Amino acid sequence: MRYLGLTDSDRSSMLAAIGADSIDALYRDVPDVAVLKTPLDLPAHTGEMEVEQQISKLVSTNRPAGAAACFLGAGSYRHHIPASVDYLIQRGEFLTSYTPYQPEISQGTLQYLFEFQTQVAMITGMEVASASHYDGATACGEAVLMARRLTKRQGVVLSGGLHPHYAATVATNVQHLVSELITLPPADPGLDEDIVGQINGRTACVVVQNPDVFGRLHDVAPIAEAAHKAGALLVVVVTEPVSLGLVRSPGDMGADIVAAEGQAIGNSLNFGGPCLGLFATREKFVRQMPGRIAGEARDADGRRGWVLTLSAREQHIRREKATSNICTNSGLCALAFTIHLSLLGEDGYRRLAELNHVKAIELADGLAAIPGVEVLNDSFFNEFTVRLPVAADGIVERLAASDIFAGVPASRLFPGRADCANLLIVAATERNSAEEIRRYCQALRGAI
Amino acid sequence: MSLKDYTATQHRGLQLEEPLIFEIGMAGRSGVDLPAPALAADRLGGLRREAPVGLPGLSEPQVVRHFTRLSQKNYAIDAGIYPLGSCTMKHNPRLNEALARLPGCAQIHPLQPLSTVQGALNLMDVLARWLKTLCGMPAITLVPAAGAHGELCGTMVIRAALLARGDVRKVVLVPDSAHGTNPATAAMCGYEVESIPSNARGRVDLAALKQRLGDDVAAFMLTNPSTCGLFEDEILEQAKAVHDAGAFFYCDGANFNAIAGRVRPGDLGIDCMHLNLHKTFSTPHGGGGPGSGPVVLSAELAPYAPIPWLVHGADGFALVERAEGEAALSIGRLKAFHGQFGMFVRALAFMMSHGADGLRQASEDAVLSANYVRARLQDLMSLPYEGPCMHEVLFDDGFLKGTGITTLDFAKAMIDAGIHPMTMYFPLVVHGAFLIEPTESESRQSLDAFIEVMRDLVKKAKSGETESFHAAPVNAPRRRFDETEAARHPVLRWRPDNEAISAGKQQAG
Repeated sequence: MRYLGLTDSDRSSMLAAIGADSIDALYRDVPDVAVLKTPLDLPAHTGEMEVEQQISKLVSTNRPAGAAACFLGAGSYRHHIPASVDYLIQRGEFLTSYTPYQPEISQGTLQYLFEFQTQVAMITGMEVASASHYDGATACGEAVLMARRLTKRQGVVLSGGLHPHYAATVATNVQHLVSELITLPPADPGLDEDIVGQINGRTACVVVQNPDVFGRLHDVAPIAEAAHKAGALLVVVVTEPVSLGLVRSPGDMGADIVAAEGQAIGNSLNFGGPCLGLFATREKFVRQMPGRIAGEARDADGRRGWVLTLSAREQHIRREKATSNICTNSGLCALAFTIHLSLLGEDGYRRLAELNHVKAIELADGLAAIPGVEVLNDSFFNEFTVRLPVAADGIVERLAASDIFAGVPASRLFPGRADCANLLIVAATERNSAEEIRRYCQALRGAI
Repeated sequence: MSLKDYTATQHRGLQLEEPLIFEIGMAGRSGVDLPAPALAADRLGGLRREAPVGLPGLSEPQVVRHFTRLSQKNYAIDAGIYPLGSCTMKHNPRLNEALARLPGCAQIHPLQPLSTVQGALNLMDVLARWLKTLCGMPAITLVPAAGAHGELCGTMVIRAALLARGDVRKVVLVPDSAHGTNPATAAMCGYEVESIPSNARGRVDLAALKQRLGDDVAAFMLTNPSTCGLFEDEILEQAKAVHDAGAFFYCDGANFNAIAGRVRPGDLGIDCMHLNLHKTFSTPHGGGGPGSGPVVLSAELAPYAPIPWLVHGADGFALVERAEGEAALSIGRLKAFHGQFGMFVRALAFMMSHGADGLRQASEDAVLSANYVRARLQDLMSLPYEGPCMHEVLFDDGFLKGTGITTLDFAKAMIDAGIHPMTMYFPLVVHGAFLIEPTESESRQSLDAFIEVMRDLVKKAKSGETESFHAAPVNAPRRRFDETEAARHPVLRWRPDNEAISAGKQQAG
């Protein structure tokens, strides 16, 4: 067996060194009734070529986004990833190292985490960031719990424009710790919701997504102001981090906590996992921030380096009094993000964001020209919502048959809501060619 | 040494010092070529960014060199033995990486029409079957993103099952040797946490457990094999006592690598257990994730599993994405989308490569190797508990008594001697713990080399050579850090010089 290092003769001589007559002797503490007597009903070991064939065959019926014209978003975005990103993250020293508990021999990981934290703070307009969470949705749940700790209040208001997977994740994660959770209904992307009207003296935080799940942009500054006046905090969620290259940052508009999904920078779609939770806040709140943090330190020779710091917040020290139970996070996804953003730099990041916006404008104009199709957004970044004259899910299936992934039907995210049945959430990125956009518009015109 | 003993560059040989990207970058440079878009009038609703982000500009070769140099400051399982107890640092096969990058795995969108991702759902179903069979449990959720997330899932499922029978319970019991995530998780579910002491044999004190169990206890959370590297030999009695009290038996599966293919948790009376795919099933740790923490469930707990549910529909596989209908009792959603699919591919490739026979052999080799290390070091180091151990061996710092050397000093001296330290000071139940887990990946030569280094170091420590231990490490990219100062005046991000100065002033003021 190619992954095992011991030979049969090693095994016998090692047993002899231990003084055990068989491997069974080492398992003597297992109660007899629990010792497996018959082999498991699973296949036996097999070679690399066979495994490659079997798994390739298993997934061969998938239709990858790259084999179609893909206009899917809603929290997961397909961008071009430079080849050097995937090369660098596969260096064994990054890929196969552990959490950097021994800083003297983990400076590579610690330094990129410090760089990652700085980048996240910069693009979100916040002061500090953590070294990553599982995904945007769980980061959002942690943001709500952090607001509860900071304000010692129980009220939480979720915008109807928050991705419903995020809203549902928050509802599950905080159910035992927050007593008053209000989730506003999804508003038509043409209309404003009255979230400010929901804020009162019991409110710990309001959670708003920008751009929202329908792609619409919001000036959240008035919400921040109203929240702060009531002693509450504003949590801003971002699911498309490329948008921050062109759109005012949450920090600039008064956010107290930013919980975001970082997948779109440096990471593939991966059927939705692993993802990369970004978490940023103001410096004064840092001791209530969940998750690992890398910080600057000096070694015994006075040289600069990095360590995991403020660990008195974390579960391995504080146990049941920790800010979160999180341990393993998304280290390698954070590395991919940091490398991609390093390659982009200021100019590349802005240009990438502009390209996305231009493609989305081109697509929106093309779709709006189709009789019966209405673009609902008055503002957007690279994603917007259209109302079709017929149910969106059927159209999506039909276009998929001609290799066009037309968008995410709102009914997939909001099942059972009649007002969402005809809505289609459509994203365009730099990967969508003018030809793809033409083909999409033509096919949709034919289908409705 | 001090700073003046280094050359001006501080480089040593070809071990290069590397500044932060922010200190290398220049405005006007980029590592990508993108066309200049013609953005005439934006549709950003007046929210166009005005201020620059402040990101540095680097060329592609600069970026490649920067991260290559950083990587060279890391230790890794690719480089050698990584004996971190309870972390299971085993070989990460590159086949698994290649397969996870197939377009049919990496390039599928989570919200594609289900008709276009049947292969992915099929793969998840196959993985689920492997894990359920290995665990001898009837149900599984693949959703949780990591081990601690799996604990959260399992504890919430237990709470939901209790509430469904109108049973409000307040307390979760954990052994004093538990991972920190266990109490932290219980607290996130609104439970109070109480600790059950260990007995002199390093196992849970059964009498203490029985005494504390009652109708206010929701669950007992046990790690088995335990963090002391021991199999809980009274686990069947524990299970009976827990169930007799109307509570559930949660198992932290972090140490499944000792028993996979040999013992099924379902035969031990466990109701619920998370698996760390990044431990037992070799998905890479990646410097701290991503992980994946599927949870196997008893039939009684299965209806409460988080959504999405993978189901067999009329037209193939389908996903139940709302907690309604057949999933009406589900605790709800724990994260966006469907779980750590990229990790599922890797873990399945690992299991198919090993097969049922190879997984069993791997567990046995892991246990054999730990016991071999134990046998070869027991004359020099101090063992708190009698053996045999499982896949990891626990020593305490008794053998260092009177030397003036701590576990930390010893660990840092191991770095100078060319080996990554073991887990130290955990579990908390023994003094100055050394928790060593070699895993099945190590060859006999590698184990012997490790043992020789350890023996040398112990002899040195006992012979009064304290100075090199206190100074260690001196050969690593960095020496010991002042972590107290780092926490007292945290610097958590880079700032441009002018901002750094004003931030410093603010702090001083």
